[in-house]
Amino acid sequence: MRTMGHEAPAGDLRLANLTKRFGIFTAVDDLSLTIPQGSFFALLGASGCGKTTTLRMIAGLEEPTSGQVLLGDRDIARLRPYKRPVNTVFQSYALFPHLDINENVAFGLRRRGIRKVADQVDRMLALVQLEGYGRRRPAQLSGGQQQRVALARALINHPQVLLLDEPLGALDLKLRRQMQIELKRIQTEVGITFVHVTHDQEEAMTMADTVAVMNAGKIEQLGAPADIYEFPATAFVANFLGQSNLLAGEAGGTSGDHVLVSAHGGRFSVPAARARLDRGPVFLGVRPEKLHLVGTAAEVPAGHQHVGGVVTDASYVGVSTQYLVKTAWGSELSAFSANSGVGGQLPVGAPVVAHWDPRHAFLLRREPGEDDRTTPLLDEPPVSVLS
Amino acid sequence: MRISRWLADRWVMGVALLVLGYLSLPIVVVAGLSFNRPSSRLSYDFNEFTLDNWTHPCATSDMCDSVVRSVQIGFIATLVSTVLGTLMAFALVRHRFRGRSGINLLIFLPMATPELVMGTSLLALFVAAGVPQGFWTIVIAHVMFCVSFVVVTVKARLAGMDSRLEEAAMDLYASEWQTFRRITLPLVLPGIVAAALLAFSLSFDDFIITNFNAGTTVTFPMYVWGAAQRGIPPQVNVIGTAMFVIALLLVGVSSLRGRRAKRRS
Amino acid sequence: MTALAHVPTSSGQPAAPPAARRGRYRLLPYLLLLPGAAWLLIFFALPLLQLAAASLYDPSGSLSTGYALTWAVGNYPDALQAYWPQFVRSFAYSAIALVLALLMGYPLAYAIAQKAGRWKNLLLVCVVAPMFTSFLVRTLAWKTILSDNGALVGLLRDVHLLGPDGRLLATPIAVVLGLTYNFLPFLVLPLYASLERLDYRLLEAASDLYASPLRAFRKVTLPLSMPGLIAGTLLFFIPATGDYINAELLGTPNEYMIGNLIDSAFLVRLDYPQGAALSFLLMAAILAVVFVYLRKAGTEEVL
Repeated sequence: MRTMGHEAPAGDLRLANLTKRFGIFTAVDDLSLTIPQGSFFALLGASGCGKTTTLRMIAGLEEPTSGQVLLGDRDIARLRPYKRPVNTVFQSYALFPHLDINENVAFGLRRRGIRKVADQVDRMLALVQLEGYGRRRPAQLSGGQQQRVALARALINHPQVLLLDEPLGALDLKLRRQMQIELKRIQTEVGITFVHVTHDQEEAMTMADTVAVMNAGKIEQLGAPADIYEFPATAFVANFLGQSNLLAGEAGGTSGDHVLVSAHGGRFSVPAARARLDRGPVFLGVRPEKLHLVGTAAEVPAGHQHVGGVVTDASYVGVSTQYLVKTAWGSELSAFSANSGVGGQLPVGAPVVAHWDPRHAFLLRREPGEDDRTTPLLDEPPVSVLS
Repeated sequence: MRISRWLADRWVMGVALLVLGYLSLPIVVVAGLSFNRPSSRLSYDFNEFTLDNWTHPCATSDMCDSVVRSVQIGFIATLVSTVLGTLMAFALVRHRFRGRSGINLLIFLPMATPELVMGTSLLALFVAAGVPQGFWTIVIAHVMFCVSFVVVTVKARLAGMDSRLEEAAMDLYASEWQTFRRITLPLVLPGIVAAALLAFSLSFDDFIITNFNAGTTVTFPMYVWGAAQRGIPPQVNVIGTAMFVIALLLVGVSSLRGRRAKRRS
Repeated sequence: MTALAHVPTSSGQPAAPPAARRGRYRLLPYLLLLPGAAWLLIFFALPLLQLAAASLYDPSGSLSTGYALTWAVGNYPDALQAYWPQFVRSFAYSAIALVLALLMGYPLAYAIAQKAGRWKNLLLVCVVAPMFTSFLVRTLAWKTILSDNGALVGLLRDVHLLGPDGRLLATPIAVVLGLTYNFLPFLVLPLYASLERLDYRLLEAASDLYASPLRAFRKVTLPLSMPGLIAGTLLFFIPATGDYINAELLGTPNEYMIGNLIDSAFLVRLDYPQGAALSFLLMAAILAVVFVYLRKAGTEEVL
């Protein structure tokens, strides 16, 4: 399949100092990154963080204020969209309502003057499991089917890069899961570079090889999903990707291979390899599922560190119970405990000791004066945390 | 108690049906009169059933000439106003430019000005400029008052169109022109057709503005106006009924097509 | 999805065209606008100026001898003095017709929007259907309906609502009925559009909160249908006031409205200064009424 692709030199997609301003608002701020050929790359961020603008600049639908979009060695930043070997799966699909599925899928081929399209269209519809739907109109398909047509319509052109703009946003939860797996399968099959924009951290983590977390036009952290989750680079990432208990503290330098931290009158340590800095104001971070609750300090395993508190809320969510523990200084920590049948439920009001293995903690930069950052319980358990 | 509740629930619908009856009554009368053999030229009463009016619609040749002339004027005015109005609608929806509010006002005012004022002012202009009035001055006047309605109709359709469809087309290797031809135009076409139909019906039925700018040219409404004084030939009701039936068929066909499209989905 | 990505598109504007394109296409909107705008300027705006000039011509001139622009402001008071009854009649007739139209149109629009269910489209077509046939032909049909020998007059005479020689045709009643009939759809359609958007649950909420049906209507339905009511009222009132077809076909010179006089000034008496002055007076009077009405209704945004 690759042999049928473009003749242009294959290569990585590189963004170099890419900037986009709308009036006084900087949507994308001096962005530089490299997306290796054939990888599944996710741009993750909240609404308005600049991820869609970045995608639109790669597609050619938005012209950068400055900077380059390099495909291999070629700067395509100023080419019209139809001159780029890049195709897009649009948010809400943008299928042409007046054309049937065959013509939707064949649209790109026809525009490039290819006459015999039937075979390719059939093969593409087979790839997205929509054989026999060719004569229908987009409005006659379900959301999931439309999504797959949009994918086929883009993939049939064998772009060097496929852009996906929140492609699963309009689907319900169950279908979204299914399509995540499907998309990943197709990407592996065709081997095209996928750049996937999403605000859904779970979607990014399950599908992408590499995730870039964007905030305010900049990339906060870039890496493999597990690396980002286990060792976030900033407080923003720590709470955007899953939840974290971030305790405000002061780092007091390195002792051996540990960084010493004092926080709220307690003394803690974190392995130097898991510290972003070793001096000054820091956040000591622990993920809720890494925080274990016991009745007394005597039960804390050797080598674990701990703080005391009182259970103020216990939400039973099936696979786990989510606790809120109020510390002596008033912050509420979250702790998830798997309902594995070991140990019972803790009642609200019970005094507890929350403990963690220092190897699961991490140390992040904190702006001076910033207090603890703990997130309230979510309505929906963050599945990525439990799986 | 039960009756009063039933009444409270239904009285609105009852009033509505009565009002609809009031609105429909003249059409029924027109259709009936098209089968009438009037007792005298100036009589408007039912007299005797006949099919003559339908079998000989052009018995009064003046009337048929006026219908033909109205259709000609309607076609030309529709063509010109649809083109001009569609171009303006595209400019308004798809481009940024200085003077937008001035243009919007220029489009809005003709719809809010009494026809009488538009008709007399055009007359004053043509007389002052020494332009002889006739077929073409009618066309000019009709294009003038149709353009605004075309702009409004096409604009609504264009503004409701997802601009992402055009982005998707360009992303799929369609140049600006190809995008316009393959995506934009087909999607806006229903709006343009609706605007053209509206323009034609406005033009065909206009009396007041035409009356001031016709010179000696006689359109169908002007013929009816003149005949109202001299005596109305019953064939006028044949034309009225035929117009109604044609329009109804158009509505029926388009709603059937719409419904079928919806059912397929 | 991201708010900023929508900045250029959400207002119905084109996605901000890239700079290279912007240069090439900067003139395009003006080219697209030029023919239509020129047409409206030359054949709508310019004639208004010409009409203004004509209203100030020396009234002693004539079409054959030519007119001189002498800024004869006196044409206005002269015209008003000669024809104020017709002016008053125009506004009186259209006001009465408007009240009748509101009494009929509001229940109709409400029923179609909220009660008609699957018959909604059919009923809408019935509202628009009268406009499918010629304005003049269907106005003439009223001559048959209201005829002295017709069933309606006969019935009214039998129940003594009309005297034995009483008539409907050639009376103010006929003219007002004709005006109401001809412009009712213009009132109903915008009203329907705003009532159709009305969420029925709001009324349920109102009655849940102890509002009587009348109170619920006054406090919920009526205010929410205000935009449609205002637009519909204007669409009815402006053409009805300027109409003279109904007065001509269904009335007598005793029912003549201002339009009849303008028509005869321009086309029969060929007194252009007077006709122009009357036209402008009509427009000014309508604009004044519309302006006051919009101020009262408190919604200037409609225009």
